[in-house]
Amino acid sequence: MADSHLTTATAKGFPVAEAHAEEKSLWAGGIHGWLFTVDHKRLGILYICSGLFFFLVAGVMAALIRLQLMWPRAEIIEPEVFNRFFTMHGTTMVFLVGMPIIAGMANYLVPLQIGTRDMAFPRLNAFGFWIFFFGSLLLYFSYIGAPGLYNKGSAPDVGWFAYAPLTSRAFSKGTSTDYWALSILLTGIGSIATAINVIVTAFCLRCKGMTLMRMPLFVWMSIVMAFLMILALPALSAAQIMLLLDRYLGAAFFDTQAGGSATIWMHFFWIFGHPEVYILIMPGFAAASEIIPVFSRKPIFGYPIMVAASVAIAFLSLGVWAHHMFTIGLPPLGNTFFAFATMVIAVPTGIKIFNWLGTMWGGKIRLQTPMLFCIAFLFQFLIAGLTGIMLAVTPFDWQLHDSYFVVAHFHYVLIGGLLFAIFATIYYWYPKATGRMLSETLGKWHFWVFMIGFNLTFGPQHIAGILGMPRRIYTYDAGRGWEIWNQLSSIGVIFQAIGLLFFVYNLVWALYRGKKAGDDPWDAWTLEWTTTSPPPDYNFETDPVVNSRRPLWDIKHPNDPDWHHDDPEMFRKSAKTSQHP
Amino acid sequence: MQTSIPDTSDIVEWKLPSKRKVGMACLITTETALFCIFVVAYIYNIDKSFIGPYPLDILTKPWLASFFLLSSSVTIYFAEVAFHKDNIGVFRFWWGITILFGAIFLAFTAYEWYEFIYHHGLTISTNLFGATFYSLVGLHASHVIVGLGLLTTVFVFSLLGKVDKAAHEERLMMISWYWHFVDAIWIIVFTVVYVIGLGKLHQ
Repeated sequence: MADSHLTTATAKGFPVAEAHAEEKSLWAGGIHGWLFTVDHKRLGILYICSGLFFFLVAGVMAALIRLQLMWPRAEIIEPEVFNRFFTMHGTTMVFLVGMPIIAGMANYLVPLQIGTRDMAFPRLNAFGFWIFFFGSLLLYFSYIGAPGLYNKGSAPDVGWFAYAPLTSRAFSKGTSTDYWALSILLTGIGSIATAINVIVTAFCLRCKGMTLMRMPLFVWMSIVMAFLMILALPALSAAQIMLLLDRYLGAAFFDTQAGGSATIWMHFFWIFGHPEVYILIMPGFAAASEIIPVFSRKPIFGYPIMVAASVAIAFLSLGVWAHHMFTIGLPPLGNTFFAFATMVIAVPTGIKIFNWLGTMWGGKIRLQTPMLFCIAFLFQFLIAGLTGIMLAVTPFDWQLHDSYFVVAHFHYVLIGGLLFAIFATIYYWYPKATGRMLSETLGKWHFWVFMIGFNLTFGPQHIAGILGMPRRIYTYDAGRGWEIWNQLSSIGVIFQAIGLLFFVYNLVWALYRGKKAGDDPWDAWTLEWTTTSPPPDYNFETDPVVNSRRPLWDIKHPNDPDWHHDDPEMFRKSAKTSQHP
Repeated sequence: MQTSIPDTSDIVEWKLPSKRKVGMACLITTETALFCIFVVAYIYNIDKSFIGPYPLDILTKPWLASFFLLSSSVTIYFAEVAFHKDNIGVFRFWWGITILFGAIFLAFTAYEWYEFIYHHGLTISTNLFGATFYSLVGLHASHVIVGLGLLTTVFVFSLLGKVDKAAHEERLMMISWYWHFVDAIWIIVFTVVYVIGLGKLHQ
């Protein structure tokens, strides 16, 4: 029965742009349809929307932090509030913005790109989203629920990496630190659920003909991201469990007074924390690897090398964590090992950058908004990588550890790299998800204003850091040469905010007024563009069958399909079948 | 026009791995990572307690408990073989024995903890030995409890006649994978807590 179904599907050809599956309205089923959904597309959108919401919340905190630091000895927000802001800003951006958005991207795109109808475990998927969502509400409930040190409701204020012994009961009275540990523990469970789902979906639900080496690079890199999640997140969960045991049952894991160790918290945290950086950036790589080829009108350069480089990055990233700890007095062998490992990781990362450039080289580049964000991503991520290599040099790190240089470095990674890739993702796949195009004009305004604002904010912080400005300080004295850099930095925030206004307006405007997208607005090559925009519940009317890495190219160019250029073995087989259908 | 795309399905046998197996393997991987951290915490903190009781004073190697837990990996295998042969009676017997052995193991742990808490005064807040011991052994014991819950659920359903070879063989295999994992972790916990943890003090 299923076989005959498939055969008819192939005889008719592939489900192409012409009318087939029915579009599904975004509002079908009303509120109920969104709250109780187990559909991977809706959960993906929920993930991304909640991520964007928290992005705005944490962005407001960052703006207030910049306002306070704009002038020396400013007194715009209180020091206690400042501590809460940088803690909540960091925690939110990593766990409630980065993690859900990348989970949402993988959720939405992996099943569509491998030609299946949903994730492997749809209910687990819904569980993952809701436990993440309630975990994030718990973190923010601390503002009203935690009678902290200051004898009023307060949010966590121990920094996003919550170093011991600051988190012990003696120094962190009240329950704000517990809110931090518990809520992040919950969101971690959600991430693990999503990660397992992504791996199982990609390995077990690929459509006919989609071998591992024909999967879109987005899927490959989502798999790598998911593997890193299941390996690295438990370290944080374990450390948080120990922290809660310390705080509630009087255990002494991190209590130096009782023989415990504050250092081991650092180790546990960064065993999670460094792979986390690669968890976050991997979907950025993934999006760039899909978007750059389409807008250069060339297949990706060096597909197998890209896969190998992603796996190598994942493997190496598990062994570099102590480069966050050069200043605590590791033995020389430890310093050497972690400095070396960190530099080695630059090799596969460099390979990727060259491959993206190689893809663009000689291509017919279309400078539409998704591509603009990808190009900025390339340059800014390169800067982030270079400052990363500088910081891997141990003596250099001794000078600049905990300075604004480090702040600038990781904001180039996470904003200049990840966030720009997320914007590219949204501009590229928004038409698929909603059926409407985002405005190119507004998109270009968003890009240029935000790009200028971003570089204006974080570029000068490199210099402030080299001039000795430490991270997390509430204010500073005049006359140290830091004023101008801080003022430039704060002015950049205004540009970023205006850029974001264009973005938000564009998102809402396009939902109602945007140009109809059609199935395949970018003339792309992967399976998600073969179905309607937005796709129906079941994604594909008939199960797709693929013969190459670019199935939609094959359909559009029947005289020159990709599988003609694949390995000769495959070509012979295919040729044979076309003779004997 | 579309006919020029050949259907590889005629020649390529399209086989994908089982969702349950890959999912369970991932779960076991992530659980292993979790245990790793607790094991590292235990090893790192050996000999770091300022006050007693110390491991050498009170720990005895739980040979008998280990025997029961490791044997339960064998009995669950017998149960699986019987299930594969559709021999529900034999399956039920070995499955029940597995539950029994798991429960006996838990009883030994409970007794050990009772002795430590009430007779030796070792709690999780006494010293680092207490903190690391109770968290690592407790994490393992909680996995045994989850496993027993799964095993018992299947046992009850089999008594009700709701367990069926065609529909459930792979599901039972997943439970057995989990149970083997819990047993394998015990070998590591045993080595770390009762062999390395005691050995280092002798030096």
